[in-house]
Amino acid sequence: MIIGSNAAENHPVSFKWVNEARAKRGAKLICVDPRFTRTAATADYYCPIRSGTDIAFIGGMINYAIEHNRIHWDYVKNYTNASFLVDPRFKTATDLDGIFSGLEDGKYNKKTWQYQLDENGNPKKDPTLKDPHCVFQLLKRHYSRYNIEHVSNVVGCGDPKAYERVCDLFTSTCKPEKSATIMYAMGSTQHTYGSQNVRVYAVLQLLLGNIGVAGGGINALRGESNVQGSTDHAALFHILPGYLKTPKASQQTYEKYLKDCTPVNHDPKSANWWGNYPKYASSLLKAFWRDVDLEEAYSYLGKIDDGKNYSFIPIFERMAHGEIEGLFCWGQNPAVGGPSSRMERRALAKLKWLVCVDLWETETASFWQRDAGVDPAAIDTEVFLLPAAASVEKEGSISNSGRWAQWRYKAIDPPGEAKDDLSIITELVYRLKDLYKDKGGAFPKSILNLSWDYGLKDVDGRIHHPSTREVAKEINGFFLKDKVIKGKLFKAGSMVPSFAYLQEDGSTCSGNWLYCNSVSDTENKMMRRGTSDPRGLGFYHEWAWCWPVNRRILYNRASVDEAGRPWANDKPVIWWDSIARKWQGDVPDGGWPPGTKYPFIMLPYGHARLFAPGLADGPFPEHYEPLESPVKNFMSSQQVSPVIVRWDKMTHREITCDPMVVEGCVAALYGTEAAKRFPIICTTYRVSEHWQTGQMTRWLPWLCELMPELFVEMSEELAKIKGIKSGDKVRISSIRNQEGIIAYALVTKRFRPYKIQGNLYHQVGLPWHFGYKGLATGAIANDLTPFVGDANTMIPEYKAFLVDVNKVQGE
Amino acid sequence: MAEHMMLIDLTKCTGCRACQVACKEWNGLRAEKTKFNGSYQNPPDLSYDTWTLVRFDEIKSENSLKKVEWLMRKEGCMHCVDAPCVQACPSPGALVKTPEGAVVHNPKYCIGCKACVVACPFDIPRYSPQEEKIAKCTLCYDRITEGKVPACVEACTTGCLEFGPKEDIIARAKARIKEVDASLYPNNGYETHVIYIVPKYAKVEEYSHLNPDPKVPSTELWWKNLFKPLTLIGMGGVAGLAALHYLIKGPHRVDDKGTEGGDDNG
Repeated sequence: MIIGSNAAENHPVSFKWVNEARAKRGAKLICVDPRFTRTAATADYYCPIRSGTDIAFIGGMINYAIEHNRIHWDYVKNYTNASFLVDPRFKTATDLDGIFSGLEDGKYNKKTWQYQLDENGNPKKDPTLKDPHCVFQLLKRHYSRYNIEHVSNVVGCGDPKAYERVCDLFTSTCKPEKSATIMYAMGSTQHTYGSQNVRVYAVLQLLLGNIGVAGGGINALRGESNVQGSTDHAALFHILPGYLKTPKASQQTYEKYLKDCTPVNHDPKSANWWGNYPKYASSLLKAFWRDVDLEEAYSYLGKIDDGKNYSFIPIFERMAHGEIEGLFCWGQNPAVGGPSSRMERRALAKLKWLVCVDLWETETASFWQRDAGVDPAAIDTEVFLLPAAASVEKEGSISNSGRWAQWRYKAIDPPGEAKDDLSIITELVYRLKDLYKDKGGAFPKSILNLSWDYGLKDVDGRIHHPSTREVAKEINGFFLKDKVIKGKLFKAGSMVPSFAYLQEDGSTCSGNWLYCNSVSDTENKMMRRGTSDPRGLGFYHEWAWCWPVNRRILYNRASVDEAGRPWANDKPVIWWDSIARKWQGDVPDGGWPPGTKYPFIMLPYGHARLFAPGLADGPFPEHYEPLESPVKNFMSSQQVSPVIVRWDKMTHREITCDPMVVEGCVAALYGTEAAKRFPIICTTYRVSEHWQTGQMTRWLPWLCELMPELFVEMSEELAKIKGIKSGDKVRISSIRNQEGIIAYALVTKRFRPYKIQGNLYHQVGLPWHFGYKGLATGAIANDLTPFVGDANTMIPEYKAFLVDVNKVQGE
Repeated sequence: MAEHMMLIDLTKCTGCRACQVACKEWNGLRAEKTKFNGSYQNPPDLSYDTWTLVRFDEIKSENSLKKVEWLMRKEGCMHCVDAPCVQACPSPGALVKTPEGAVVHNPKYCIGCKACVVACPFDIPRYSPQEEKIAKCTLCYDRITEGKVPACVEACTTGCLEFGPKEDIIARAKARIKEVDASLYPNNGYETHVIYIVPKYAKVEEYSHLNPDPKVPSTELWWKNLFKPLTLIGMGGVAGLAALHYLIKGPHRVDDKGTEGGDDNG
């Protein structure tokens, strides 16, 4: 099932494998999408759903599975938290009309979302799944409202019978030997409940026993080719490399930080892998600052204010109010790609300085020019544009959606003064070190003591040719002093063989514990190019390297029963070899014998979560409408997610703020006059022929000729009402941009109105690739999108908002 | 090299158009300055600078949820077995049927008479008034004779395009149509070195610009009988045709606007 993704167009190479599964294994393809895309065109089943109704659609499948006994019971009872007992005071959204217990002032107090614990601190369980407070019964109650008829009406698919056929087909994979996979992308995540969209897929797949097995899982098709790598190695506001946590202001000592971050568990069958947190954190600190002790190194790490969010949307909101001085945009183009991007360009003008590192002069780098529709004389921001090297002009690793880190080599030198990223940042590090040394400044030590030894030093004591191979070694990690572990001596400087050998005491460094094992003393495993695949399951263990420890399927201990026998004999991921007393097949999720450890080793209790108390907006996914929707929520009287940050309501800044910034934050809410003025649902998307904000593709003539101009897709029905013909110039406006943007109409049978509770709702779609720079230019779709994000991740709601569409008269 | 064929399996095409770009890249063809024209299809038609093109069509579907089928078809020279364009061409060496199965044009000998344009049952060759020559897909003759597959096949992301020895391709095509309950095109006995697998939900007539019943045109015979013998006379024949060309087209003029960086009218 491909939902919230258009794999055929935007991940065409992944789609090749979909076709292979269809040709070789007789797989069926279900495409769920508000638009009839090139993926839909080749699918066996196409389910149109109104943008933003994934939870209703999948919730209906969950209800169908429960009602029709389409459950992999052994899996659900033993490997998920279905049997866990929850606090009796917990109430589902079925009990409380769309909200969960504990809602206080726009936030959930999660004290009722906890498990009942026994005397050892472990969750109480009811293996019969009959207790009304067990997770399974709560789940059943929560989704009892999501029946076929009702869901069909909410999503607007127009044919309950056809929806039921799809439910029947997908849930038929509850048989232990059958599997189904879900592929998703930004169509799922870019909603105010994007995290819950993905969660609902996980719940369905867990009920069917489809996680950890061959051909199963939920697969994020990452939006760019190395997004997986940039997430794994990220320094985001809330995570450090390897998904470690950014320290908070309340965690002033390293000891307190480790205590807060390291989960404790008393069940001997739970591996509780994050119990190793201190080893990974210490190794990371030592990768940053080799020559200082751990406490000192910890003091160098930035601490965020408790409860504060510093993600993309809040950064731009603060920038718009003049609270940020400078910005580095490294291969990013927020002037086109950000939500309510017209306001974001306005925010850029409040910066003192802006550095853009890119292949071409992007819209962000040129936000101050006449092309951007502004007066350059009115903008004081100093802008630097550093020419970067393209992927074939530099060497390094790239991690794909399947977590394979693959080494790529440099084919040609970058042109002119363009430099690879590592050279640019190395130069920057030296200049910063010099400045801090010469002029002091606030908090100089973290920069002055920063370890930076990615290559041979020249006579001036500096590295002029930094090497990504040296970075790869540090990411893997090495011993900083001679160390004996399990009776074996590891010399200082030798590579750490795997994360099981990382140390808490500062004797090892590792830039990312997940990548420990990728480089050995003799080999960079990411360079491997072996093509053997003995069982034909596509594991290719000798091709490149996959985190963790070359394991190709995560949670693969869930692919076998408690005796170590694979659920599916024709496609076993791992199996217990009782003669050799070890696992065969893929690298197992820990070598313990079968039945001795729970399979979901990264979770404190070792069980996959049907009920997930960690999320901000509820332990079960519940359907809400997008912030801007012309439709009343028919699942409950709670129209939108109750816990999202509402920038549109923050009027306290208006007095000091410029009107364009205030306008950039407003929203057309259901039932208001504004929603009547903008009655059409709009979604944004990408096409095969262009890439992201187009800064790489709109400069290439062969790609520009394929998709030369911005267009807006609409149904024949809407075109008739509006008097629009294909090829007409039309104006699309939203409450944030009332003069609107211009695009050419593409009137197509592939779009059709949605019938919801007897009313027709129209939807249009805009690609967001265009801007004012390049060979092919066009209006910026994101000038219309809402300035609001998901309750957990703050990813913007690009995929569902309200517009009006009108023909440009006299054209 | 033995006779080869290309298979275009339309049940696998996703219209990504990697083939279209790869063709331009390998053959060094200029990008056209296009405009949005109401469809994903662009450039709108084949041209002197566009030798292959994915055509998009929307048709009604029997499928109750789909309601519509979106057809994508890579179009280019079909490399006919008994190629009417080769038969029609009066200039020796300008259009050649090679033993590998490719129909290759050679600009050096093309006199721009457009006889091939008229003769082609698939409306493929495109004439440039600036260059006064025709151009079309060559089946990447310069690649296949080096043991490579055509550029479009190499770039294809989904396995829709395949290239190989004639017997292999025919066997694969026959197996595939059974597997997915599809049909072959051309299916009227007309023989080509490019064949399509057409999905069961679409009829050949529903694909735009696809001749459901290709055959050697009757004008072909007329042309062949009247002028072809002239070519056998050798240089004299070419000179005669050049004279004919002069009569039809007038003297060759240097385009005073210059053609460099300019666009053809295709």
